[in-house]
Amino acid sequence: MVPLTYYLVLSAVLFSIGTAGVFVQRNLITILLSIEIMLNAVNLTFVAFGRLRFGAADGQIIVFFVMTVAAAEAAVGLAIVIGLFRHRESLNPDRFTALKW
Amino acid sequence: MALFYVFAAISVLASLLVIFQRNPIYSVLLLIASFGALSGLYVLLDAPFVAVIQIIVYAGAIMVLFLFVVMLLNAPHEETVYDEHTHPLMRPGPRRFGTLLAAVLIVELVLALTKRGESGVSPGGAVISVNTIGQLLFTEYAFAFEVTSVLILVAMVGAVVLARRDARN
Repeated sequence: MVPLTYYLVLSAVLFSIGTAGVFVQRNLITILLSIEIMLNAVNLTFVAFGRLRFGAADGQIIVFFVMTVAAAEAAVGLAIVIGLFRHRESLNPDRFTALKW
Repeated sequence: MALFYVFAAISVLASLLVIFQRNPIYSVLLLIASFGALSGLYVLLDAPFVAVIQIIVYAGAIMVLFLFVVMLLNAPHEETVYDEHTHPLMRPGPRRFGTLLAAVLIVELVLALTKRGESGVSPGGAVISVNTIGQLLFTEYAFAFEVTSVLILVAMVGAVVLARRDARN
């Protein structure tokens, strides 16, 4: 039986990789992919806690909702990326400086 | 126990490669591999329902949507146009610094998570069946379930409005 700590460490590593991807990437779509990595890490945490600490199905119910929210957010985010690409013909986030002060 | 290490290694390696790829299509495909490994981890955690909907929803719908958008915007060719006036944060120096910060975050999280000893309690023995999840979802979490349907409707309308062409003339 794998202890809970192993799953938490794996989830922490995945979350950090997703965060690094959001900061380091030069492509808008890959930034959205890194956000999906982070959401998956959180899903793993929920399922691991639900199973190994509480023995209930509530962790998986929350994962159900997280997945729904992730799907909605990916759809809207990609629609925004499409609109941005039509405006500027580029996927480089450094090109979009209209809100810079 | 060995399966945990295999799946964990695959998911971490695939996620690492996702953020270091030039071509977005490779990133999407590597992320699908990572999701497959995560699905295996869910099976190890006695959560077959979550494992299956991870493949169907994440790898089968969301990643396909990403692939559509990547191919619609012709994103692989985007990287060949190299920008001379690169933002200072994106030059190799600060980029390495960002990676170092991520490594520090990993070490910090691991230390924080392994401080407390394992209490040894491992409750529950049966696999959580779809029956159990369905009963919980429609009784205790019924309100949240209905709200997510509204959320999906709003997201659908929003995505259509945001992505359409302005043909108002």
